[in-house]
Amino acid sequence: MSVDKQTVAKIASLARIKMGDEQLETMVPELNNILEWVEQLGEVNVDGVEPMSAVIPNDLRLRDDVIDADPKTAGGRRDDVLANAPAAEHGFFGVPKVIE
Amino acid sequence: MSKYIVQGQTGDWEVVIGLEVHAQVTSNSKLFSGAATAFGAEPNSQVSLVDAAMPGMLPVPNAECIRQAVRTGMAIEAEIHKWSRFDRKNYFYADLPQGYQISQLYHPIVGEGQLLIDADEKGGIPEDKVIGIERIHVEQDAGKLMHDQHPTMSYVDLNRSGVALMEIVSKPDMTSPAEAGAYVRKLRSILRYVGSCDGNMEEGSMRADVNVSVRKIGDPELGTRTETKNVNSVRFVMQVIEYEASRQVDVLESGGSVDQETRLFDVATGTTRTMRSKEDAHDYRYFPDPDLLPVVLEDDFLADCRASLPELPDAKRARYENELGLTPYNARELTAEVETFARFETLLAVVAAKIGESEAKVATQVANWALSVAPGVVKGLGDEANLANSTPEAQAAILSMQDKGDISGSQAKEIYEIVLKEGGEPEAIADAKGLKQVSDTGAIEAAIDEILANNEDKVEQYKGGKDKLFGFFVGQTMKAMQGKANPGVVNQILKSKLS
Repeated sequence: MSVDKQTVAKIASLARIKMGDEQLETMVPELNNILEWVEQLGEVNVDGVEPMSAVIPNDLRLRDDVIDADPKTAGGRRDDVLANAPAAEHGFFGVPKVIE
Repeated sequence: MSKYIVQGQTGDWEVVIGLEVHAQVTSNSKLFSGAATAFGAEPNSQVSLVDAAMPGMLPVPNAECIRQAVRTGMAIEAEIHKWSRFDRKNYFYADLPQGYQISQLYHPIVGEGQLLIDADEKGGIPEDKVIGIERIHVEQDAGKLMHDQHPTMSYVDLNRSGVALMEIVSKPDMTSPAEAGAYVRKLRSILRYVGSCDGNMEEGSMRADVNVSVRKIGDPELGTRTETKNVNSVRFVMQVIEYEASRQVDVLESGGSVDQETRLFDVATGTTRTMRSKEDAHDYRYFPDPDLLPVVLEDDFLADCRASLPELPDAKRARYENELGLTPYNARELTAEVETFARFETLLAVVAAKIGESEAKVATQVANWALSVAPGVVKGLGDEANLANSTPEAQAAILSMQDKGDISGSQAKEIYEIVLKEGGEPEAIADAKGLKQVSDTGAIEAAIDEILANNEDKVEQYKGGKDKLFGFFVGQTMKAMQGKANPGVVNQILKSKLS
């Protein structure tokens, strides 16, 4: 598997990363190097091996449905949430108009 | 009408419809954080650092959301997957702080199920139809954008960000706006019975993405479909289908082709239009969310989920018909809404106890009262009616008097009117206002004797075969008794005297 310049440009655009022509040119061989390196895994015979979806042999822990049980993941902290917003107004995040 | 057809210039077209319904899971806190979910709070007041996608936050799923999704799956007879997993759906939008939505693409929690929509001849559904459901998966809702508060900016409220949704995906089994409408109504009813979603479409707790394509009748190939997003009422779902079907037929007949695209519904005009911004964003680059381990459901958990399911709409309706002996119409009306059957079942129990009969014996009387008589009185009173006075006990007292023959149907209404306006004990009201009918055979017999004596010619004609005159005698008797005679007793005495 390898990528060309067009593919890299598309990935960059989907990830909202601005890349000039020159950067794209350098990125193509770099990404292909990585892909080639990962592709070595294809040499391993994995017949009958279940795909692994997590490295920890554990199930998901669930939490009880309690509001603000843990202050670290609780709501009611609007000022903190908005602290880094470039344009917080009336308790909202203000963003450039994105109307359809 | 048996089939929904769009008549074009070149022939008849049929419509193929699939729906993706997003139903907000009823839970106190969000899917992956402890922030509250209540609707209508101050902007951004119910946002945790997880929901705002601050770096380093670990999502921990809410057990209740998983439980409700499983119960919903069981209610549509679906396969429950004991092993499921969360994936990231990547895209950028101002209402999505993470830059991805945590969803379930590859291993949803609920697999294939089904739902029955009921025949509705008048509505255009000739017979009962089973609609397949492809899957239900659990995912995060996005925030809310407001565009009309500022000339150059949109405002973002993240209170809804991270609230749990069930996405319920139907198969493309529907072929008319009526079927799609019936499907959404039935699904809403099931969700509300189960208690997994409040079904409030106005507040956005339930909204549908409507997939529509058209093809020439008999064509085995499906046409290209469009997806109209976020349609939030049954009526709008039906409008979208009507509009899209006829638009697509026009496009195809004028030599064009339908683009597979996302469209928006314009409530004001009843039309749909292309949604511009997300056109190139369909490449969601899903991958398993590395923050979340697989969800593994234990047998005990599944058994608890199943045991907690209430009687569902179809089963309840069948029981109302078969065990309570209600008409199909009454059974359907009473089981459509959770509030309606809850009120009915409470009243039925109280009335049965009061009269001392089985529920089946009094069910028809109670059903007619609950569906037609009582609402008629309430409606007639308008603002004067104080529904707080309409307790099950008061209504049962009225129905019990009527059952014994102490009061007539119209007297029952009059008493109920007074109860609604002023409150009070129905028995006491009946006594005080003289709202009782006479079942005293002596008094009725006396009145009848007098009438028969004064109308000897008519008695002769009746005995000579003019049966219709029976009504005349009943009328005269009721008049003589000032409308307060028990009609059953009047009929009985008249029959014996005239035979």
